[in-house]
Amino acid sequence: MDRPNPITPGLLIGFAIAVAFGIALPHLVSDFITYQFTLAMAWAIAMLGLNVLTGYNGQFSIGHSAFFAAGAYSAAIFIDHFGWGPYEAIVAAALISFVFGFLFGLPALRLEGLYLALATFALAVATPQLLKFDAFEHWTGGVQGIYVPKPDPIVSSISADQSLYYVALFIILSLMVITWCLLHSRSGRAMMAIRDNPIAAKTMGINTPLVKTTTFGISAMYAGIGGALFTYASEFVSPDAFNFFVAVYILVGSVVGGIVSIPGAIFGGLFIVFMPNFAQDIRLAYEWLPPPWAIFGVFLILIIYFVPFGVWGSLERLIVWTKRKVSG
Amino acid sequence: MELFLQLTLAGLAIGSIYSCVALSVVMVYQASDHFNFAQGEMAMFSTYIAWTFLGMGAPIWLSFVLAVALSFLAGVVIERLLVKPVEDAPILNQIMVFIGLLVIFNNMAGWIWEFTIKPFPSLFPADFGFKSSLIGPHHMGVIGLTLLVLLLVFCFFRFTRVGLAMRAAAANPDSARLVGVSVGWMLALGWGLAAAIGAVGGILVAPIVYLEPNMMAGVLLYGFAGALLGGITSPGGAVLGGLIIGVLENWVGGYVPGGSELKLTFALILIIAVLLFKPAGLFGRVVVKRV
Repeated sequence: MDRPNPITPGLLIGFAIAVAFGIALPHLVSDFITYQFTLAMAWAIAMLGLNVLTGYNGQFSIGHSAFFAAGAYSAAIFIDHFGWGPYEAIVAAALISFVFGFLFGLPALRLEGLYLALATFALAVATPQLLKFDAFEHWTGGVQGIYVPKPDPIVSSISADQSLYYVALFIILSLMVITWCLLHSRSGRAMMAIRDNPIAAKTMGINTPLVKTTTFGISAMYAGIGGALFTYASEFVSPDAFNFFVAVYILVGSVVGGIVSIPGAIFGGLFIVFMPNFAQDIRLAYEWLPPPWAIFGVFLILIIYFVPFGVWGSLERLIVWTKRKVSG
Repeated sequence: MELFLQLTLAGLAIGSIYSCVALSVVMVYQASDHFNFAQGEMAMFSTYIAWTFLGMGAPIWLSFVLAVALSFLAGVVIERLLVKPVEDAPILNQIMVFIGLLVIFNNMAGWIWEFTIKPFPSLFPADFGFKSSLIGPHHMGVIGLTLLVLLLVFCFFRFTRVGLAMRAAAANPDSARLVGVSVGWMLALGWGLAAAIGAVGGILVAPIVYLEPNMMAGVLLYGFAGALLGGITSPGGAVLGGLIIGVLENWVGGYVPGGSELKLTFALILIIAVLLFKPAGLFGRVVVKRV
């Protein structure tokens, strides 16, 4: 359960169906819904990064909004100041977020569990203020933020929203495959060994500091790519869009989807984008209910009590349980 | 020189508010080994409750006392209902419960009282019979009231049986249980006290930062920084840590160009620096872990 799923025919078929559905989707729904799915994928990519860090390497972060912001702002600045194309800017944003994550991973090496959570909490709370700072205003646009035009369609027969959707789909599928390969590699096993028993891992000759900081970097890179895509979809970056609650969304999405999983991130992304709409609809019918995010907080605590493995983790357990029942 | 004194005194005043928050953080940590990320939002909610009593026509001190008492009860209830079930759960689940609480309090406050910024009156009269160019009346009152609260807390832990039982429950739960201390209820009491002290901090800071659902985010960060600087295992240290942070913050804001805009970054750097170079804090116990 705490390892990535092995390749089985069932998994491959499921993956193929998901991909086919993903490709067909923009032709079935409106541009607005397509745009919402793009947002969900942007979130999901950041959550995938957090899954790698927390689920597979055991390091906590309630400050991934900082790396999300790093990616979003890098992409916006490269486009706005240097006139780069959106896709080159994503690569640059990924690299810059990786460096940020790696650097933050260095002090994080000495912090365990709760203390790392506290340090990343501080990072998330301080991020909007740093983005507003006068000295960077020339680059960041200060309180105003930066306007980023939506990338032109890759082929002229589809709309800009559809095009961005396919770009996001391509990126998230690639990252999921890359993550799967990474976790099945020597480095991936080292990451999980450190999570399960840091001292034993060190004794077996794993370069613990290097693996942990690199994992932090990779995780931040994912968050940065998610942030860049988020910026393209919403066409705007501003400091207050990256407040502490963004870190909460990422963490919550990861946990809801299943933090020790790769596909779970997709459920997390969909949850973060569509749950508030859904809750809003319910509220229109029942006006006495508290606002979506308060219900959401209650929901979050209930999930922790009753479904601590998240959607994907529960699915895995259900399958194992069914198999055992069937085979007698 | 006058500027220096003004900055320092105002720093001590705001620092004593951080001390309250730092003390509640330490209380919870001592009671149940958690960082309560929702401590700030709980204090904010308490402040809104005081504001509601005020709106109903209660005098300000009565509102203050009622809000603090209700916060105490709420703290006990939250521990019993929400924190106890995850006592033995993985750290991530515990963190999620606190984040959930933070989200609930923040949004409920916005829903009940709206997100608009409200002025909050000071607990203290506009002048104490004498004037000073160095420190305003509210700041003076803040320092006095915090000292009083700290003295009460100290006496409670030092001279009462319940205080002794609480210290026993925190220091050695198993032995405490053997001599008949109800450890679970002592933890709940610790949560209640933390919520009450946090409420004092919230009500004291509201006239300075104005009442709004996000008013405590920065204050909580400074509270954490103070608690870590003083030592997360030492209540006295946390109080001193809060005061030091308040004064430092004001000096940075007053003397470093651009410093007032980077106050939270300053707290972030401080937290990381303390955790890296002196994880036990100035007065904390060095915890030796057996492997």
